[in-house]
Amino acid sequence: MGQLIKNVLRRHGLLLAFLVFLAVVAVNAEAFLTPGNILDVLRQVSITGMMALGVTFVVLTGRLDLSVGSLLTLLTVIVVDQHNISGPFPAIVMTLLAGAAIGAFNGLLIGFVGLNALIVTLAMLSFLQGLVLFYSGGSNVNVQNAQDTWFAVFGRGSFLGLPVPVLLFLSGAIVAGLVLAFTTFGRRIYAVGGNETASIFSGINAPWTVFWTYVVSGLTTAIAAVIMGSRVMGAQNTIGQGYELTVLAGVILGGTSLLGGSGSIWRTVIGISMLGFIQNGLLLLGYPYYVQWLVTWAVIIIAVWIDLGAKRGRIFA
Amino acid sequence: MQDVILKVDGITKTFPGVKALDNVSFDIRPGEVHALVGENGAGKSTLMKVLAGLHQPDGGEIVYLGEPTNVSNPLDARQKGILLIHQELSLSPELSVAENIYLGAWPTNRFGVLRKKELRRNASAALEALGCGFGPDVRVGTLSVAMQQMVEIARAEAFRANVVIFDEPTASLTDAEKEQLFHTIRGLQARGVGIVYISHKMDEIFDITDRITVLRDGQVQGTIDTADTDLNNVTRMMIGRTLDAYFVKAKAEFGAEVLRVENLTKTGLFREVSFSVREGEVLGLYGLVGAGRSEVVETVFGVRRADAGKVYWKGGDIGLPTPRQSIDMGMALVPESRKEQGLVLMMGGRENTSLPHLSMFSELSVMNKSKELAAFEKYRSALSIKTTGPDQAVSQLSGGNQQKFVLAKWLCADPKLIILDEPTRGIDVGSKSAIHELIAHLAEQGLAVVVISSEMPEVLGVSHRVLAMSEGAVVAEFGGAQMTEENLIDAVSHHRGPMVAE
Ligand SMILES: Nc1ncnc2c1ncn2[C@@H]1O[C@H](COP(=O)(O)OP(=O)(O)OP(=O)(O)O)[C@@H](O)[C@H]1O
Ligand SMILES: [Mg+2]
Repeated sequence: MGQLIKNVLRRHGLLLAFLVFLAVVAVNAEAFLTPGNILDVLRQVSITGMMALGVTFVVLTGRLDLSVGSLLTLLTVIVVDQHNISGPFPAIVMTLLAGAAIGAFNGLLIGFVGLNALIVTLAMLSFLQGLVLFYSGGSNVNVQNAQDTWFAVFGRGSFLGLPVPVLLFLSGAIVAGLVLAFTTFGRRIYAVGGNETASIFSGINAPWTVFWTYVVSGLTTAIAAVIMGSRVMGAQNTIGQGYELTVLAGVILGGTSLLGGSGSIWRTVIGISMLGFIQNGLLLLGYPYYVQWLVTWAVIIIAVWIDLGAKRGRIFA
Repeated sequence: MQDVILKVDGITKTFPGVKALDNVSFDIRPGEVHALVGENGAGKSTLMKVLAGLHQPDGGEIVYLGEPTNVSNPLDARQKGILLIHQELSLSPELSVAENIYLGAWPTNRFGVLRKKELRRNASAALEALGCGFGPDVRVGTLSVAMQQMVEIARAEAFRANVVIFDEPTASLTDAEKEQLFHTIRGLQARGVGIVYISHKMDEIFDITDRITVLRDGQVQGTIDTADTDLNNVTRMMIGRTLDAYFVKAKAEFGAEVLRVENLTKTGLFREVSFSVREGEVLGLYGLVGAGRSEVVETVFGVRRADAGKVYWKGGDIGLPTPRQSIDMGMALVPESRKEQGLVLMMGGRENTSLPHLSMFSELSVMNKSKELAAFEKYRSALSIKTTGPDQAVSQLSGGNQQKFVLAKWLCADPKLIILDEPTRGIDVGSKSAIHELIAHLAEQGLAVVVISSEMPEVLGVSHRVLAMSEGAVVAEFGGAQMTEENLIDAVSHHRGPMVAE
């Protein structure tokens, strides 16, 4: 019996803690569980969530992508700026291409050259920050004809009563989930993350597989940038700052292992949504903005701890 | 001293879907070597893990030195004097020998600072007692498998163990190293240590043990004195039938050449290796552990790069292929180490089986699960693999059953050439002869087969032709009546092979 409770706590402890948190917030802040607030949270989550989809691919191979935060900034600046120069459609295409290209560059260094993922993407984070300032000359950009462009639909529109960004996130999640669960690409990702050596002995091109996960990560961040630019109708030079950690926290919180090989998209969707509700709840409870960061930190530590604990149990038992 | 050191009484252990141990009772006496035998998945390792504190039993009790005892974790077991030497060694390669011997129980002073001198002194004493040829300061990663095993055994001295459990200790030892190990075991025995010895190698069981306990499907079939029984009897208790002592060899009807290797060289590993194998032929590669056999076949398959040499496939020069190209041509390599090279441990049997042939198991890149399931089921019954289902993580399977999935994943695509690197390591006697029959069967269907084995009877029994390798070079080739144990031993031991070029 005690064993059972321990097991339940270990496996679902985070979920239980989350439900308790929801209850506490709901009792103390009436607005929390209203449809309007929930949609707000989901709209908020759709940007980090979209990024987290691609990052999940990367993490499943046992690697990291910390460059997504400043990549989001850069791409948002690009999409807004190019919108003003050449119109919405070319701007979006260009943004997607730029995202994929930068992802490919990460993938090249990490997959083929074999450099450490943490170092490469951290360096990329810092490089892109510089690139943003170079590109924008330090000033913020705004969409000029904000009233009459269809570009607004991605961040502000709604369809059948649901916000378009939320719909984009959910359809992205479905596609990503299907790819991971049912295609050979997905299978290769799990294999490389589970045991890279054995995958190579099975004829899987591990560098190529890793490369593509970074391309996917660049692409999902590009889609997130389109949503972001459209929602804000502009871009500041710091708009994506810190997003890499929120995204990673969501992925880990869902239970996808940092060691690679186990996890899934639906876990990421749950993890990132939990994080969204936690942050929103804290605000509604009247805590200042920065408390979110303290809590995000704590959540990352606890989730990683549980992940390693479970792994250890598996190795030694 | 009491006549029983440790008694296991009615132990039961259930995993989801399997009763690994069902009311198991047995005892260990001081100064005896007690064999524990049984088929793959019979529960041997599980029982020993219960004794060593890695698993908690669901029921039953352990009576140790006359008192009911609860072993809560491996360190606790060690400190109580129960030591498990694992099926897969578990040392920290970056740490020194001394640090490894006392892993987790380092002597420290009041402030938690390591007392290095004491650690070294105690470790040297333990190593000397065993007659090890290396000191306490060597980094474990630089030692051979046999030496690493000695480090684990040194814990028996260091912790004054009363019970030492060996789980398949000779799987990767040479014959000389095995003799050394047996010498050590006899030394422990003379000191009154009770020893449990798990192995699938029956000759060892009859060589060194005093009593034998047979497990089957988690239940004890009986405990007998080794002197009062014979191989047939033990086999019958294990698998319910007896086995033929001879090997089935495929009919010697060869077709066209499938693979030819010419002057393959990799500096520091092997030199100017040449051989060929034809359809329907079984080629044996014999040599001591470390002779470079695995490195050669890994290079042919493409996971390693050679410095020089040529590989011909069906007469055509294929340069140095990648593993993908090799697989697509019809080559299969069952690698030496199932956990590192063979399997993705967190995947189930189904996903592991299809892994090398994803395009075969998919349409337009979408995996076809029913095809995968069909292959899984086919090999589960063909190789009698014990698993609760297609998605049970292979990490949860017994060592031998994992090995069978490594075979399954390579057989399922009907290769033209299959290279088997120690294919029966850790496999029980029944399945072992099933695998030997399978090799003969494959060859008769026209496959070319290369078998690497350190077991001489096996390599002589299944092959049509045997190459002897030593220190990275092919030193002799034997066929027909020349294929004898004497010739092989002679070739690999007396021959000081040409030193591998640096
Ligand atoms: N951690 C685990 N989770 C679930 N099942 C397990 C676990 N460990 C072992 N089992 C199951 O318990 C049974 C006994 O396994 P065990 O490893 O004791 O066999 P074994 O006798 O040592 O076999 P082998 O000779 O192949 O090493 C097997 O069916 C195995 O699948
Ligand atoms: Mg075992």
